[in-house]
Amino acid sequence: MVIELNGQSKTLDSPTSISDLLAQLNLEAAHVIAELNRTILTADQFGATILQQGDRLELIQFVGGG
Amino acid sequence: MRIFLNEHELDVSEDATLQSIRREHKPDADIAIVNGFPCQPDYRLQPQDSIVLIRRGEQPTHQELSALMMARHTPGVHARISRATVGIAGAGGLGSAIAGALARLGVGRLIIADYDVIEPSNLNRQQYFVDQIGMPKVEALQQNLLRINPTVEVSAIHRRITADTVAHYFATVDVMTEAFDAAAEKAMLVSSFLQQFTTTPLVAASGVAGYGPANSIRTTRVTEHLYLVGDGCSAAQPGQGLMSPLVGIAAHHQANAVLRLLLGENPAPPMSDDSCDENE
Repeated sequence: MVIELNGQSKTLDSPTSISDLLAQLNLEAAHVIAELNRTILTADQFGATILQQGDRLELIQFVGGG
Repeated sequence: MRIFLNEHELDVSEDATLQSIRREHKPDADIAIVNGFPCQPDYRLQPQDSIVLIRRGEQPTHQELSALMMARHTPGVHARISRATVGIAGAGGLGSAIAGALARLGVGRLIIADYDVIEPSNLNRQQYFVDQIGMPKVEALQQNLLRINPTVEVSAIHRRITADTVAHYFATVDVMTEAFDAAAEKAMLVSSFLQQFTTTPLVAASGVAGYGPANSIRTTRVTEHLYLVGDGCSAAQPGQGLMSPLVGIAAHHQANAVLRLLLGENPAPPMSDDSCDENE
């Protein structure tokens, strides 16, 4: 299955939730915003949202400081 | 001939001097500036000279201040800015500097939220004064902003903003800015705001710590209504603190993005090698 992650193709071997993908990418869920097919998700939706073929996902990670 | 007195056009006789203008228009002025420089009273005025007469300690009225801003920014730009409401979530290094820039621009209304009080260590980058240590940041910032530009309406919210209260406090903004410190607070603000307001632009910041090259700070468009300022990676951490120059640069990227959005311009257009061309 192939999705588009931040504009690049990414192949997923098995059913993958956004939480799974964040873990694979070593990203802290609380520091990330996710836009799936142009809709913003909240962090409590990450676990239940299983990625589908052709999904377009934007992940934006925030680092501290301001 | 035509000159400008305190930013207003004025027709004067050919033999007018600085002294004669002062006597006629502002006899109590004790400082006279011609074209940006202090000048002697017997100076003979030239066409198009810009004269500023000031009485020390006298504060302009709101109307006079608005007229000065209008003259500086052009009436069309001033009208759009002075009608606008901008939200600022966080009044630390980013938020205090964003607020200062927007107040100087004459943005009509600023809604600023922060739960924190000023600590001595904040003064290395935040726009506060030693005698404000211990005050709530929003309260001190409101004081400072009204000293910069008393025509700006400042709503100071001394509360912690949560996903559930974002919409309550920031429902009326034309442009939102994220200026928090902690990564989790940043992500919370951005995701909850974008989810609840699907057409309002938001300018956030990430990666502003340390003393890396100034040009590493960029403004990028990451989703339709989300703009991100910073280098994207330089986190505040032991050995890489937050410092005034880069935090200030990032804050002013954010303020400039707000200004461009209010004026209908894209904050992050593709840049050519000669970016001055597009401003012609």
